[in-house]
Amino acid sequence: MKNQLRVDPTVCSGHGLCAELLPELITLDEWGYPIVADGPVPRSLDRHVRRAVTDCPVLALKLLPASRTAARP
Amino acid sequence: MTYGTTVPHPGQPGEPLDRPADSAALPRLLPAQGAVPVDLRTHLHRFGHLPYTGRAARLIPVLQAAGLTGRGGAAFPVHRKLAAVAQAGTRPVVIGNGAEGEPASEKDKSLLWISPHLILDGLQLAAEAVGSDAVGLYLSRHPRLLDKLHAAIAERAAAGVDRATVEIFDAPPRFLAGEESALASRVNGGPARPRFKPPMVFERGVAGRPTLVHNVETLAHLALIARFGPDWFRAAGTDDEPGSMLCTLHQPDGRRDVVETELGTPLRSLVTLDGHTQAVLSGGYHGAWLPAADAARMTLSNADLRPAGAFVGAGVLAALPADRCGIAEAARVARYLALESAGQCGPCFNGLPRIAAAMAEIASPRPDPRAVTDMIRWSGLVQGRGACHHPDGSVRFIRSALHVFQDEIILHGQGRCVDPARRPFLPLPADTALSAADWS
Repeated sequence: MKNQLRVDPTVCSGHGLCAELLPELITLDEWGYPIVADGPVPRSLDRHVRRAVTDCPVLALKLLPASRTAARP
Repeated sequence: MTYGTTVPHPGQPGEPLDRPADSAALPRLLPAQGAVPVDLRTHLHRFGHLPYTGRAARLIPVLQAAGLTGRGGAAFPVHRKLAAVAQAGTRPVVIGNGAEGEPASEKDKSLLWISPHLILDGLQLAAEAVGSDAVGLYLSRHPRLLDKLHAAIAERAAAGVDRATVEIFDAPPRFLAGEESALASRVNGGPARPRFKPPMVFERGVAGRPTLVHNVETLAHLALIARFGPDWFRAAGTDDEPGSMLCTLHQPDGRRDVVETELGTPLRSLVTLDGHTQAVLSGGYHGAWLPAADAARMTLSNADLRPAGAFVGAGVLAALPADRCGIAEAARVARYLALESAGQCGPCFNGLPRIAAAMAEIASPRPDPRAVTDMIRWSGLVQGRGACHHPDGSVRFIRSALHVFQDEIILHGQGRCVDPARRPFLPLPADTALSAADWS
């Protein structure tokens, strides 16, 4: 199953740690909030992605199955 | 094809409706004449008793054949939402959404006031279709409207027509209060603020249970389709966008009306589109502006409006007169939209105020030319980055204003304006949220 990285923007407070741990997929906007690259997470980055997800100080970064992010009834 | 509210309905109030299947005549949801609220007796006399099917899910293929889509703005197929909730798990909750936080829309309040029993019928039938006994109605906080609906529910209890008891919840006067996850949060006793998805509300909403949320007008159509069938529904509208819908019309002379019309009605027969109108706002404050000359060639349909970047939405159409400043209007609305951010998502609560400030700059004489480039950059930054669609809808509104009112921007660059007096045209509420308490 392909996974996709998503930020819960209601929880994120712009610490910016994710962009340091995962610059391949995450940059920060001019207010310090993460911009996550679209599309599935490459397998080669799995380990870094998991680290970024677990290290987010407010647990705003989420790894979701790709099918869950397109969900609408 | 008929249109509007001027065509008499075959079933005058007080007379039985003999052969509804033959009739595409409008109005369907509103009384044929006047705006007198319809009581239960008159309602049942006109439409007959509630056609309970006796089993869950039976109504779903009927709604699919009818092609009913949500009338709250998103135009999502109604049968798919019902099927998703029915399959999502046990003990679903059904809520009718009458929050109508859009300041330019009056149609839900009008329908609730005039035809409350159609909506309450729709709630009962939708609840049966998804196998729910937990039913609620979420209403904008107007004391008279709340009293009216409490009375209508009591009237039905006395007559024994409802199977599920309907609980009423009031929505705070916020633009986003009717967003599905905000509604679920409010009904759960929290603030009416959107939350991150997934889980979707149809999977986990009120009390953690699968929750069906439908706009009140959608429920009224559902109640009629259950009675008269898909062919009757499809006798109005287009093949792809069948049926009728309620619209809130803002005429250039300031007149405001709620009408029921067919999908596919020419826009020029709904709002005045002569030389005195410069542009039309379609879809409300998350919608888009269209030049009047373009709008004059379009019908009320997503088939016509989507390619132009607009959409039918919840049926708001506002025709801006030629002697008003479209940029000043857009700046007023942009400020309102920024203040109505729920303040949860960084890109939204940082971006929208900056966008609004840039819009105010562009609305002023001889604006700083950097304002436009700043705004274009910020618009790109906020898009797609909220828990709800507030940043996306706000950006759509602003971008269309920049595009449609280009000539006005050039005038401002010369220190001029089509309306130096800046008379406001679009309706905006006087007060906005100042503290967390204003979201409850």
